[in-house]
Amino acid sequence: MRLRRWRRMSVPYALALLGSAWMIVLFLIPLISQLSVSLMTGDPEQGYNLTWNFGIYAELFGPGAAVPYALFLGRALLFGGAATLITILVGYPVAYFLAFRVPRRWKTPLLSLVVMSLLVSFIIRTYMWGFILGGHGPILTWLRALHLAGPDFHILDTAGAVIGGLAYNSFPYMVLPIYAVLERIDPRTFEAAADLYASPRVGFFRTTLPLSRAGIFSGILLVFIDSVGDPVNSQLLGGKTTYMIGQAIQDSYLIQQQYNVASALSAVLMLALGVILFAYARFFGTENIEDLV
Amino acid sequence: MSDGDIARGHIDPGLFRGLTQARLSRRGMLRGAGALGGAAALSALLTACSIPGTNQSGTADERINWTEWWAGKKQLGTLNFANWPLYIDQDDNGNSESLKRFTAATGIHVNYKEVINDVQTFYAKVAPQLRAGQSTGYDLAVLTNGWQLTEMIDNGWLAQLDHSQMPNFIANAGRDTLFPAFDPGSLHTAVWQSGFTGLAYNEKLTGGPIESFADLLKPEFAGKIGMLDDNVEYGSAALLAIGVEPTKSTHADWKKAVDWLNKLQPSVTKYYDQGYTDALQNGDIWICQAYSGDVFQLNAGGHPEIKYVVPKEGQVVWHDNMIIPITADHPVDALKMIDFVYRPEIAALIADYVNYVSPVPAAQQIIRDQLGDPAVADSPLVFPTAEMLAKTHDYYVFKDYADFTAWNDIFNPISQA
Amino acid sequence: MTIEERRARIGRRPGFVLPAIYWVVIAVTLVPIVAMIAYSFNIAPNHRITFVWHGFTLAYYLHLTDLSGLWQAFLVSVVIAVLSALISLVIGLPLALALDRYRFRGRSLIWGIVFVDISAPSIVVGAASLSFFLTINLHTGFLTILLVHVAFNVAYVVVTLRSRLSGMGTVLEEAASDLGARPIPAFFTITVPLLMPGIVASFMLALTMSIDDYVITSFVAGSSTTFPLFVYGAKTGMPPQVLCFGTIIFVAGALLALANGALNRKSSF
Repeated sequence: MRLRRWRRMSVPYALALLGSAWMIVLFLIPLISQLSVSLMTGDPEQGYNLTWNFGIYAELFGPGAAVPYALFLGRALLFGGAATLITILVGYPVAYFLAFRVPRRWKTPLLSLVVMSLLVSFIIRTYMWGFILGGHGPILTWLRALHLAGPDFHILDTAGAVIGGLAYNSFPYMVLPIYAVLERIDPRTFEAAADLYASPRVGFFRTTLPLSRAGIFSGILLVFIDSVGDPVNSQLLGGKTTYMIGQAIQDSYLIQQQYNVASALSAVLMLALGVILFAYARFFGTENIEDLV
Repeated sequence: MSDGDIARGHIDPGLFRGLTQARLSRRGMLRGAGALGGAAALSALLTACSIPGTNQSGTADERINWTEWWAGKKQLGTLNFANWPLYIDQDDNGNSESLKRFTAATGIHVNYKEVINDVQTFYAKVAPQLRAGQSTGYDLAVLTNGWQLTEMIDNGWLAQLDHSQMPNFIANAGRDTLFPAFDPGSLHTAVWQSGFTGLAYNEKLTGGPIESFADLLKPEFAGKIGMLDDNVEYGSAALLAIGVEPTKSTHADWKKAVDWLNKLQPSVTKYYDQGYTDALQNGDIWICQAYSGDVFQLNAGGHPEIKYVVPKEGQVVWHDNMIIPITADHPVDALKMIDFVYRPEIAALIADYVNYVSPVPAAQQIIRDQLGDPAVADSPLVFPTAEMLAKTHDYYVFKDYADFTAWNDIFNPISQA
Repeated sequence: MTIEERRARIGRRPGFVLPAIYWVVIAVTLVPIVAMIAYSFNIAPNHRITFVWHGFTLAYYLHLTDLSGLWQAFLVSVVIAVLSALISLVIGLPLALALDRYRFRGRSLIWGIVFVDISAPSIVVGAASLSFFLTINLHTGFLTILLVHVAFNVAYVVVTLRSRLSGMGTVLEEAASDLGARPIPAFFTITVPLLMPGIVASFMLALTMSIDDYVITSFVAGSSTTFPLFVYGAKTGMPPQVLCFGTIIFVAGALLALANGALNRKSSF
């Protein structure tokens, strides 16, 4: 009898074992062991040894840093934030349109169009943007022919191009969670809102928007985090003043093989994102969202 | 359940529904923090406290008797060859005449792979395997001289070439490609092709010739300058610009060179990884640091307005070198290939296609007479003149990692702003 | 009035702003794809794509596998995607079941790890994995790519399946158990078929995530090259075959989605 109960109790653990073990060993432990790598000193010739060199963080981000990593991090947060804002501003109306304005039988096809671009590798798509927006490309050629742009005007190599690329690449990841939440809203809520509030606009800000904040939050999670760390867009679309923390991590790991530096940069990025998202959740995660938005 | 089938093959709305359901409670967070501590302890147990370096005690050259080493190796009939894209003669179907002739002459089948796009990435790939004494999967690879190649030589990761099996190399290699500064004695490397880094400009836009690095600082070119996104390239150019021979430069010279680059900085539009030839043609930039072979191909492709110039202060030469990893599975086959491309008729085939500087001067005559391509044969960008070579300098050779790091620390802030 | 009718009524306000935004956005998302498809048919002198239109050709489709590096990279990507999707399904389905059907110690902790796994930035995951492999002295290559791809795919699979499971309820399983069915056969005859759409969806999601990943793979690839790595590494210009591959995958995916849509319309549940 006891054996049987024990067996019953162990069922969830048995089921969860492999999956959680895999994530713990190959995701969680690496995430933490990277902290120990960041505290090592050495070079690729002599190897790296753990010396608890906490000073590296001050060295990389302090005022006297040889390479302005703090600038690269700040720039990444700024670009990522701008891109996230754009995806919300553009993605919300799209999700709203799909959830409320589209007849049922057209929802699936129209929603498929939103994710259709994901069928093509994002590297190819980003590369093609560079190809299209480049000095030789059709857009600038037309703009110049119509005298809408001077010979000096260019789109690539600018902060705008990088932010646009980041927003473009993560756009579907903002639309889908917002849509998923809007779909769940009970339409009777709107009737109640229509009875309570004078204008549809007030009704929207008092009911729909607050109800969709979970969707916006998971959209932000998906979009902001990967935009800030992205090394691709600034490489393919950016210029000499768009170097971001993601590129710095990649370069110091793969090119200069400064494992300690790369790990420290990566740990700081993780920490910065964690703090920002935690603050966001604390700030907007209260029930009084109506008063904040 | 209409959203259930949104591109079911694609992104499932269930994922997003799941994500939006998650709520983080304070208790959950505290528990999470406790668990993190536990995982930290576990990972500390699991992971070692050091990462091994690349240095080995004693170089391979001291440890190994190379005559015996080569005597113990046999030709096996296969060659895995790693090269850069578009760096060997090819017809429209991608077949190479020179590789075909190699197989016909030696019976060795070549797996030719265009896998090298830049030295750093390739080095990062093979270094861990070489350090562990494992095969990289390649018997022959083409690497540009620089810190990575120097590291490979210093770490004893390259087989020493057996000159006694390389009659064509000994007889035909150009005197200026033999015994380079980074490999005195040509014991570990044999040049595949070389190239110059100088300046290119669009004559239609500049309205006259550009002659020197000093011209770049002229106010009328502000915002019209491009440089290469490689700290060795712009660093070496700056050293030449301030009148310092790169191979003999000191850390103090590097700092002065950076001052020069900082003066140039406001004029520079972009540091180019690729695409500077397009930018020169369409007027994004007027003048750019450039590789000789790129400009040659541009001229041949109907753009005579783009000119290559050896700056008054000098240009640098780089060599792409064939190397045999010490862990190669088929070293003899690789050695055969090295010697084979030093046959003048093969060197001619390759140079006529890739248009970089050929290591075999005798190929010039063959390209002119037998291949009927005087444009290539008579171009100083493929067969440089003595006058050109007199103004040509080598890269600085890094002494060790600290030296390399010092260079990076000094020059990186220029392009990583 | 049904829920759907009510919902539609909200939407019946006149206005063209929202549809206009929608269609402009869709047009913009498709711009690079149209360019990719068009330029895959352009003659590319020197085997690198150019802006200038040199004429129509099918040559690169006919010589798709000529670029040996690209073809091998594509195969590596496909093998890793399929394997990692399968493995994450096999270990993720039981985990999703455990999380949805049982209350046990550590449940919220595992759920937290899943959540962090999905939301951690790729660049950090890549860097952390590489530092881990370096410290345990495991050489990076095919195996490490697979290990890491499973590690991030499991989380996606678990979230997707769990959301399906919680929507499904346990009524049928309880009925089966009341009728005397043993739990394991009941699982395979009742739960799995019911869950099949979710299983297919999470498999495809994992496949997509794996095949499109560049950032994480760039750290742990060692001497292996995947399709995105090859494309990104083409610094001396893009070979036209890359566009052909992109076009073929796109068209195949779009056709699959269409077929799937048609099927589901018939048997919509």
